[in-house]
Amino acid sequence: MADTAFRRVSFVFGVLIVALVALMVYEMAQQSSLSMRTFGPAFLTSTTWDPQHRAFGALPFIYGTVVSSVLALVIATPISLGVAIFLVEMSPNWLGNVISAVVELLAAIPSVLLGLWGIFVMVPFLQRYVEPALQTAFPGVPLFDGAPYGVGLLAAGLILAIMIVPTIVAISRDVMASVPIAQREGMLALGATKWETTRRAVLPYARSGIVGAMVLGLGRALGETMAVTMVIGNRPVISPSLLDPSYTMASVIANEFTEATYELYVSALIEIGLVLFAVTILMNAAARLLVARTARGMPVAP
Amino acid sequence: MQRALVLRRTRSITRRLIVDRAMATLFALATVIAVAPLVLVVAYIVVNGVRGIDLDLVTKLPAPVGEAGGGMANAFVGSAILIAIASAVALPVGILAGVYLSEFGRGRFAATLRFLTDVLTGIPSIVVGIVAYTLVVVPFRSFSALSGGLALSIIMIPTVTRTTEEALKRVPTTIREASLALGVHEWKTVLRIVIPTGLGGIVTGVMLAIARISGETAPLLFTAFGSSFWGEGPLKPIAAVPLQIFQYAISPYKEWHDQAWAAALVLMLFVLVLNVGIRSVTRTGFQSRGV
Amino acid sequence: MSRKLLIAGGFSVALVAAACGGSAVPPSAGATSSAVAGSPAAAAPKVQLTGAGSSFDAPLFSKVFKGFQDKTGIRVNYQSIGSGGGVEQLTKKTVDFGASDFPLNDEQTKAAEAAGGPVVHVPVTMGAVSIGYNLPIDGLKLDGPTLSGIYLGTIKKWDDPAIAALNPGVKLPSTAVAVVHRSDGSGTTFIFTSYLSAVSPDWKSKIGASGSVNWPVGIGAKGSEGVSGQVTNTPGAIGYFELAYAKQNNIKSAVMKNAAGKFVEPSVQGAADAGAGAAANMPSDLKAVFVNAPGDTSYPISGFSWIVVFQKQADKVKGQELVDMLSYVTTAGQQGVDALYYAPLPKAVQDLDAKAIKTITIGQ
Repeated sequence: MADTAFRRVSFVFGVLIVALVALMVYEMAQQSSLSMRTFGPAFLTSTTWDPQHRAFGALPFIYGTVVSSVLALVIATPISLGVAIFLVEMSPNWLGNVISAVVELLAAIPSVLLGLWGIFVMVPFLQRYVEPALQTAFPGVPLFDGAPYGVGLLAAGLILAIMIVPTIVAISRDVMASVPIAQREGMLALGATKWETTRRAVLPYARSGIVGAMVLGLGRALGETMAVTMVIGNRPVISPSLLDPSYTMASVIANEFTEATYELYVSALIEIGLVLFAVTILMNAAARLLVARTARGMPVAP
Repeated sequence: MQRALVLRRTRSITRRLIVDRAMATLFALATVIAVAPLVLVVAYIVVNGVRGIDLDLVTKLPAPVGEAGGGMANAFVGSAILIAIASAVALPVGILAGVYLSEFGRGRFAATLRFLTDVLTGIPSIVVGIVAYTLVVVPFRSFSALSGGLALSIIMIPTVTRTTEEALKRVPTTIREASLALGVHEWKTVLRIVIPTGLGGIVTGVMLAIARISGETAPLLFTAFGSSFWGEGPLKPIAAVPLQIFQYAISPYKEWHDQAWAAALVLMLFVLVLNVGIRSVTRTGFQSRGV
Repeated sequence: MSRKLLIAGGFSVALVAAACGGSAVPPSAGATSSAVAGSPAAAAPKVQLTGAGSSFDAPLFSKVFKGFQDKTGIRVNYQSIGSGGGVEQLTKKTVDFGASDFPLNDEQTKAAEAAGGPVVHVPVTMGAVSIGYNLPIDGLKLDGPTLSGIYLGTIKKWDDPAIAALNPGVKLPSTAVAVVHRSDGSGTTFIFTSYLSAVSPDWKSKIGASGSVNWPVGIGAKGSEGVSGQVTNTPGAIGYFELAYAKQNNIKSAVMKNAAGKFVEPSVQGAADAGAGAAANMPSDLKAVFVNAPGDTSYPISGFSWIVVFQKQADKVKGQELVDMLSYVTTAGQQGVDALYYAPLPKAVQDLDAKAIKTITIGQ
């Protein structure tokens, strides 16, 4: 009896979350219906964003969002996993505590300030040292073409990486830490080195948790607004170069929502929110698929 | 079986030890790379914030630009109230939904729920704010602490849910089985054995969520709205630290900039204290090495 | 239930309790610091006024509303959420007044009138928009067509003949012009693009005047803080922002050629002179955009900022408070604002404001 009740109660809360997502989507769909009727599917493929002439298209924003988030994830994941392994398997306890505290503190910095740090510290550094160096190292490569302004996709990817490292580190650290000691001891007793133990006994066991951490980080990157807006250059263009300015969906909503002076404009911005929702779904699915592929052949968790 | 094979395949012990050392160095290096910008950011805030820190900051109401003194005591109280409202909603929902996913979460519904929760993390916070605005602020015809708290709770829920699930999943099946074998009911097993064992992970999730919402500006702009005064109740506008920081940070005046950085420093300290406090109460260190 | 679980589950409850405990303190503290509640001078019960809008106005209002509160005991809570946001919130009736750096357009007017009847525009201050640049040259001179060429992307280098012609004898570098503009919709952008539309037919037909436009070139930075930061960091950069940002951050500002053909530095006085000219030809609804204003000393990229309210105020107490507030802001409140780089309203505009405020009807 009590068991069924408990099951039901926890189930109800699960349903609540589904309802919440449904509500969000419904609200967004409702408020963007004008834009959907006006532009139809062309909204997704048009590259023009001209509020003055009532023309709206989402493609450059989709591009900027996907590229900056993927870049952030590519930078942040290996580093974060390295940190997590270091914290759990190698570092002395006190150092681990200090590092963990610093990492979690970062999550609390208002992103507008992180953005200001980006403008006044990171962007000049990129502009003066990193970007010219990249251009010298890879002359003529389209990925690093264009004038080094400091702001652009690279800066956005970096600042997003800084923002999602805490999420990925904190969760994967916990997941690895909770791998039973017996699991490790078994390996060590077989004569395995520490790394072999980590690789064969800890990582496979922690895999689903690590994926969860990555997906949460990706979510944060996709939806992050203020800090990205400060450093991405906010130009709705599609350019192969990481040094060029770009624009994300969350940024355009944050930038223009309060100053959207007519209904169609507001509606188009909310439709951007809806598109971002769809992109988030696709990228989550892609991340899972990718992980499932690469994980094949690896030893599985018991 | 498989593992034994793996070990036999690796030939020389020296080589294995070298790889071991190399990997250790690599992880230490990753830590340095990851921690460096974090330390830089934190240091930047400390350096910029220290100037503006004084007792006025946490005891006085905002002063007009150009006038000495003044603080943002109302914003700190406001943020505490907003976080409390958000936690009151998000923690039960998030933790219980996480319990559902980890303990009973098999089948299509659970997969959908898991997926939607992840997707929810990707909704930009400003969109969350817009929805809360439409649903709560417009009908009430007033910005309110309540709407702000609700908006923040939507941002908290997915993090809490997924971290709870991950934390509980890591609790070894043997422990559950032992409890069930002793005739303990499932619900009691979950509440008394599984959740306490996974508490460290849950606390991490809660901390991450609280840290994140204490710095959120966008969802509060159209909900909590902000105020230069003390709050007047849950259905009235209320001040919040990130809103105040935002307003000060984008202004042209140095004394407001100083206060913005100082407030960020206090915000960080608040999260640090909360973090340490909760961890000492729940007796889970930053690192709990398994069971 | 285990104690640990109680702590975990009851965490939220504890937080709520803590917050409630905390919120019990404020009222008394609020009373001492603001001397509002229970002040013997207060005859009628005071209610708090709420306003939202322009971020340009926010520092000014922090000063003026404090003065108003000291005088009358009425508290005004103003939050900067952007000009368009302020108008939208007025229309939704979540605030008592909006503040905007641009007058309501037709669509906004229609929506507002449907919601609460006619809207009154009350100019409350004026500002100048600086053209900041990052070059080792002082006193760079620019005119409207050149500036529009830069922002259209037709002028790409600093030693372009058009710029050189305006700056005889100055050695201009051949570096590329790094154009910076606002990415967020803003009143500053509205004034800037209104100016470019006024001086360049090309700009007017291709881009137009608006709070956010489809920029042909450049980097978008968020907020004036972002634009001024980007200009400071990027050699060869040019950007536009309110005068206060140029002054506070020591950014060099271009000397602009005005309608009379004179070169004028951005200044409070230059904006005031431009506004004084505008006052003479003020439309009856006070929605004057006075970019490229006549007069030898007028700075050409200047504009008003308005408080907008509904003409019909149903609530007697609030309505009267609003009228008192507007009267204070447009008269006594104008003193000393130039220290914050706002241009005080000329007497002529103050008189027009008084007339506009009189049209507000209370409790009918």
